[in-house]
Amino acid sequence: MSTGRGQQYTGQASASETARLTIAQAVQDALNVEMERDPSIIVLGEDVGLNGGVFRATDGLFERFGPDRVMDTPLAEDAIIGASVGLAVTGMRPVAEIQFMGFVYPAVNQILAHAARMRNRTRGRLTVPMVIRMPYGGGIHAPESHSESYEALFVHSPGIKVVVPSNPYDTKGLLISAIRDEDPVMFLEPKRIYRAFREPVPPGSYTVPLGTAAIARQGSDVTIIAWGAMVRVCLDAASALEREGISAEVIDLRTLNPLDRDTLLASVTKTGRAVVVHEAPRTAGVGAEIVALINERALLQLEAPVERVTGFDTVFPYAKLEKHYLPNRERISAAVRRTLEF
Amino acid sequence: MPRKPIHSCTVERLEILGPDGALDASLMPDLDEATIVELYRTMVRMRVFDDKAVKLQRQGRMGTWAQLKGQEAVQAGVAHAMIEDDWLIPAFREHGLMFLRGVPGHLIYAYWAGDERGASFPEGVRCLPIAVPVGSQFTHGSGIGLSLKLRGEHAAAVTFGGDGATSEGDFHEALNFAGVFDTNTVFIIQNNQWAISMPRERQTSSPTLAQKADAYGIPGLQVDGNDVFAVYVAATEALERARSGGGPSLIEAVTYRLGDHTTADDASRYRTGEELAHWQEQDPIPRLRRYLEERNLWDDERERTLEEDAAKWVAAEVDAMNAMPPPDPGDIFRYMYASMPPALAGQLAGLTQEVDR
Repeated sequence: MSTGRGQQYTGQASASETARLTIAQAVQDALNVEMERDPSIIVLGEDVGLNGGVFRATDGLFERFGPDRVMDTPLAEDAIIGASVGLAVTGMRPVAEIQFMGFVYPAVNQILAHAARMRNRTRGRLTVPMVIRMPYGGGIHAPESHSESYEALFVHSPGIKVVVPSNPYDTKGLLISAIRDEDPVMFLEPKRIYRAFREPVPPGSYTVPLGTAAIARQGSDVTIIAWGAMVRVCLDAASALEREGISAEVIDLRTLNPLDRDTLLASVTKTGRAVVVHEAPRTAGVGAEIVALINERALLQLEAPVERVTGFDTVFPYAKLEKHYLPNRERISAAVRRTLEF
Repeated sequence: MPRKPIHSCTVERLEILGPDGALDASLMPDLDEATIVELYRTMVRMRVFDDKAVKLQRQGRMGTWAQLKGQEAVQAGVAHAMIEDDWLIPAFREHGLMFLRGVPGHLIYAYWAGDERGASFPEGVRCLPIAVPVGSQFTHGSGIGLSLKLRGEHAAAVTFGGDGATSEGDFHEALNFAGVFDTNTVFIIQNNQWAISMPRERQTSSPTLAQKADAYGIPGLQVDGNDVFAVYVAATEALERARSGGGPSLIEAVTYRLGDHTTADDASRYRTGEELAHWQEQDPIPRLRRYLEERNLWDDERERTLEEDAAKWVAAEVDAMNAMPPPDPGDIFRYMYASMPPALAGQLAGLTQEVDR
């Protein structure tokens, strides 16, 4: 896998013009802007300093902010998150990186038993304003344990927000919001599209609020709901469906907890049909919650059962078979047609 | 190519006041008589506080309680070595330390009686709530120690755990992390010999827990945890080192859990009466009392007064707990996030309607 050293980006915190950035560069840009603004923000994780992160998402930060604010930690996910809890309750604002979502399991105890609960169990006396960044999802022919999408584990866990950007502009704005949030935020970066495309990203500071979905494409016949890397696949499917005369609206949820139920339900109420798409396994996935929500709130507006296009309830396959696992344009289009033919 | 030793490790044990009353005066810390008397009073108050909680539990007025009985010297000695700016990161048996650090006794009781307000400590009390998942607090001590170091505070993070907790991966990751970043942290293991039903020997085949420090490149020391002077000396050394940039340390305080693991446990199922009797002879409270009596600093009259005062204090803490208004069911929701998400507000509205009906 290319690490993209050739297109090194050194941050545009002091730049004055909009640049065309990738998602990975937008992460870097958000960290630069925020670390410049607030000296209590520190970045810590494995290989995030000297090496700039295995995806270069923290490139240049070490040189700019030094070893006390960009800390290369021992290889210990539990300690990275546990120490971040300690840093956060004493007034620092840690942005911790877990190198891949498949490696987060040792830290789950700290995330669920402490980070997500501290505010509640101290009745607001101690809080954990921290961000846990991690690349997630498949599609890059990575080795085993490098392709997981277990967002549902964390969406199911009260006390922690879960954010998933799908494009460079939102990545920067959402990450800045996440860093400024007073509660712990899981920030899942879709590694499949880390460097897949560039978009204009304004310099300096701006926010995209947490808990608000975006309408990525307007449509009238069916609502396709997705997040992360799947948004692009859904937009692709929507373009293909347009040629068949089907008008699909695509909702990019952007935040999975808290969920923007209003935007979602307004769209489904308008179109009367919905397809939920995620690459995570199907059973008890976030899609199941969305289907339940639509059934509770918009059943009488539905023209067809809500469809799900998801990963399988299997271990994520290795590189040679992953294309069979990941939802693709054809599967999404077929699901849309089923809702129209019902 | 030779094969030769490249590293060896020695472990020190510190004892000052023995169970038989023998004192190593050369190691005795510089404590005046009034302070030593106060340490004794503190240890007795801990025991009374602990006994009261057990009684409340037996009467059905308290949930599960984890007894500290037998471990008073560790807690009194460490508390006396701490300064106001130090942080305490307790496990779940450090009630004595917590009230010495400024957590009101009635809040400690309230927590164990099932009220979250019991972990909402007064402003300025530098103490985390207890950690129930065993060992999960160690890394918080590393993080707080790092935070204190980064901000140049002359303070340390005092992190507690038991012998069983040293088997958790968190212990390794926390000490390793603290060692790498030279954090202002002191890890104190209350080796009370039992992790519920498993003896210390079944947690590790290391002869001591103190020696584990060596693997992380930090100082380790074993102390007689029932000797308040030894604990105080060890904690003072380690804390001053941590506060002044000398890095973290590990202290293994060898003590004994004279009570059950919790009020839900019956230790007679897995340990012998002989063992218990042996450790009762090591009890830190009579040991210090004898020291005081031999120096005419204590007598039965003073003991009676102390017991009466302690009983009054504990009764007042129980009254204060009972005087707390019942918790509002809405509090289940109010502290989940800085601002309540709409879906949660909907669930709260549903509960409120149900409660008001």
